[in-house]
Amino acid sequence: MEQYFIPAAVFCSFLILVIPGKVRFYYTLSLILFITLVTSIPAALQFFSPLNVTYLRLEPGLTASLTSTNWIFKGYLGELRFTIDRLSSFFILVTNFTVLTGMLYSRGYLKAYENTKNPAQFALHYFSYVWLHLSMLAVLTLRDGLAFLIAWELMAVSSFMLILFEAEKRSTLKTAVNYLVQMHIGFVMLLFAFLITEAGGGQMSFDALPAYFASHSNTGLFLLFFAGFAVKAGFIPFHTWLPEAHPAAPSHVSGVMSGVMIKMGIYGIFRVLISVQSDWYTIGLVLLAISALTGLLGILFSIVQKDIKKILAYSTIENIGIIGLGMGLGSIGLALHNPALTFLGFTGSLLHVLNHSLFKSLLFYGSGSVYRATHTRNIEELGGLIHQMPRTAGLFLFGSVAICALPPLNGFISEFLLYIGFFKGLSAGNEYLSILFLFTILTLTLIGGLAIFSFSRAFGISFLGTPRKEIHLQPETITRDMIFPQILIAMFILGIGLMPMAAIAPIANLVESQFHPGPATDGFFFGDALNKISLFGLILIVLVTCILYLRASLIKNRQAVYGPTWGCGYTGGTPRQQYTGASFAENISELAQPVLQNIQELRAIAADDVFPHKRSLHLRTIDIFSVALGKLTDLSWLVLKRLARLQTGNIRHYILYAFIFILVIFVLLYLKLI
Amino acid sequence: MTGALLAILSAVFFPGIILRVKSIASGRKGPGILQPWKNIILLFRKSSVFSTTTSFIFRLAPAVYFATICCALMLLPFPGMPSVLGFKGDFILFAYLLALGKLLFILGALDTGSSFEGMGASREALYSMLTEPAFFILLGTLSLLSGQFSMQTIFPDFQFAGEFSLITGGIAIYLLVQIAMIENSRMPVDDPKTHLELTMVHEVMILDYSGVDLALIQTATNLKFVLYGGLIANLILPGEGGWLATNVMLFFVVQAGFAAAIGLMESFRARKKLAKNPQFIVTLSSIALLGFILVLLLTRNLIR
Repeated sequence: MEQYFIPAAVFCSFLILVIPGKVRFYYTLSLILFITLVTSIPAALQFFSPLNVTYLRLEPGLTASLTSTNWIFKGYLGELRFTIDRLSSFFILVTNFTVLTGMLYSRGYLKAYENTKNPAQFALHYFSYVWLHLSMLAVLTLRDGLAFLIAWELMAVSSFMLILFEAEKRSTLKTAVNYLVQMHIGFVMLLFAFLITEAGGGQMSFDALPAYFASHSNTGLFLLFFAGFAVKAGFIPFHTWLPEAHPAAPSHVSGVMSGVMIKMGIYGIFRVLISVQSDWYTIGLVLLAISALTGLLGILFSIVQKDIKKILAYSTIENIGIIGLGMGLGSIGLALHNPALTFLGFTGSLLHVLNHSLFKSLLFYGSGSVYRATHTRNIEELGGLIHQMPRTAGLFLFGSVAICALPPLNGFISEFLLYIGFFKGLSAGNEYLSILFLFTILTLTLIGGLAIFSFSRAFGISFLGTPRKEIHLQPETITRDMIFPQILIAMFILGIGLMPMAAIAPIANLVESQFHPGPATDGFFFGDALNKISLFGLILIVLVTCILYLRASLIKNRQAVYGPTWGCGYTGGTPRQQYTGASFAENISELAQPVLQNIQELRAIAADDVFPHKRSLHLRTIDIFSVALGKLTDLSWLVLKRLARLQTGNIRHYILYAFIFILVIFVLLYLKLI
Repeated sequence: MTGALLAILSAVFFPGIILRVKSIASGRKGPGILQPWKNIILLFRKSSVFSTTTSFIFRLAPAVYFATICCALMLLPFPGMPSVLGFKGDFILFAYLLALGKLLFILGALDTGSSFEGMGASREALYSMLTEPAFFILLGTLSLLSGQFSMQTIFPDFQFAGEFSLITGGIAIYLLVQIAMIENSRMPVDDPKTHLELTMVHEVMILDYSGVDLALIQTATNLKFVLYGGLIANLILPGEGGWLATNVMLFFVVQAGFAAAIGLMESFRARKKLAKNPQFIVTLSSIALLGFILVLLLTRNLIR
């Protein structure tokens, strides 16, 4: 059957382009459902097949398990082997879920464009969406280097097309091209990494990596792969495309890109990491350092943004940092032969991949609804949306609590695993390692505090208070089909928060089968801790409900008085006097001035202004890495301009160049240099 | 649970002692020990005034704030008693529960749309962000010294870590007192008796609360105090060696002493300039870091 699935899916995807507009959404939805179903079944069989993991103190289960499922597709040019092992099965399930919710959300979100966009544009959009899904699945299952790179490229191109949906805006066009260029820088690094593997005597394939790593130095090639994948994943300093591309894309696409597409980079790093044979210590240190930087700077940048989707985009970078911290912890665990650290690091990291895909897509859909109803993404113009859009507000708050890693939701579970791993690591190695781990704990707590700062600002400024600017609010555009996928995601978020074991057990199996941390020798089990956390989650929910009920019954018979907010004696207050996003973030941006680089354009009152007239203050924040990258491209531009002198346009010169080239080759050959 | 019950019991006299000590220090007789609670009970009986700007967040926030502190109280260990609800890494849940309460509290303040309350919310978010590392480094130090990961076992085991526990114990108590002061928005960073909204932190955030909601917040604040007092008591009280009765007595003595110390500190200490607050809070983290490195030096190099 599987031989027919791939041609069928490809063929059906082309039908999107010709199908009439009325049924196009349902056709695409059913196609995505079909792809999801067909790929999820073998993935789920893989992922949930039991394995005995001692850390969770599970009952001894079946130790024999499926190692991998192979789908071989024989074409004219040769055979294409799609392999689903535990690692890819996990990512396949995550991908399928988010792509599906994105599709469901897109119906309501794209409705507003029906009058301005022609059917061909819609067809192209849905076509690219299906191809993004297909290419991500291919990336996750292909092991052969060349095929993998082709799928990787397809993924970049299809997401490029998706970003381009609002191509009539110049900024979108610029962003999309910028995205495509940066993706190719990553692509080149991956290509070189694969070529090095091939030159090292192996094949150009992920399967050949263990053999290569066994006989060569590990750090260099790993770092090359890491850099290539880091461009996709958004590790700082490779992140500069991300905060531009996410806001430019339609919201369901941002949700899918941030939720799962950048996780393909994480998948790639994991895929290489399971092949690495030695040098774990160095690799772990590099991962920890880059991830700590990514996490801290990501959330710092997010605090000063005005664009609600940029806030979310930078927080994506932060979460990638947290995922990377887990990978670093796991690698150091492998170096120290400390199974607990390996286990906690990798399990926490992978669980955070799942968690982030859930709450970040929820938040992006929420911000899309805000944009739909208000036509602005600038939080300084928003305010008081909670009264007109209570469901969107509630779901956005729910996602914010989850992303701040607060109990009882899912974000806390993955960060808890990382925390306990780092605390355990304090006494695992020498004193330098203790200090290192203490600083990672410090980073995690700072990230946690800053995330609370950033999301209380994002939610508080845009949804609470009163509108800061007169905007034409259309809450009726938020239809039920936009709320439904968000509720679906919220249920999963709560489910993982209250029943962490259900999600952790299969991920623990995955870590056990891929990294072989070995059995828990030191009696360090934490199944009990997870059960207690879910117990506390329940207690908290019950307690809040009880208090609210008691409160309601206490004040039932009392006459409440309603009036304006207490203005501390001043009664002429206007909405413009409210705290804005910039003023809320002022204290942080002052503390972090060297990194954040705010640009203030203030037209102050001159000394001789007797009757002061209009003044203005513009605040802009710049990403120092974008600026640095810009300087780099400027420099290369200068060099290339010089080189362009060679391009004279005179045919005789070109013949001369060819002649010189042949001469050089000849001399080099003669001297036996090549 | 013993810890939680005893802490709640000590909360009965805790705010009264602070008030009384402050009154006596300023040369007044002062109200009765139970006066703060009488005020709260009065508030529970009153009807509310709501701002029309507010939404359900404003009503939800006090309940969540109160509930998170109750949950955190359940995690409070008691020396010598087996812990029912404690687990490995419970202090992480402890800190994050309090953070959840704070997030809702901040949102409740922003919900009113008042510029003063936004100001307080921003400050609260900054201070709690800066305080958390100090708490985590402190727990990391104690965990390293004791080799344990649960608050129930960290504190008693830490006491048997020999003469080092005296040195680190001093640092730990100092840090816990200061963290408790910042978390409860008390003297060095915030003055509950200040009269100018521009310089308030906690008080300005609850400007619009009244009646039952205000009573909930004030109850929660008092409970938060004894929560930290309980942690300090755990540092001081003998673990397995002591009798239960003396431990209970000592627990109350520590709580009362903590309350008196707060009263004295608030009477004789000036409030910091707002702009200096972040610096002060970060200093706590650096002290905690120094303590950690001290422990590393002592345990790793001197013993070997």
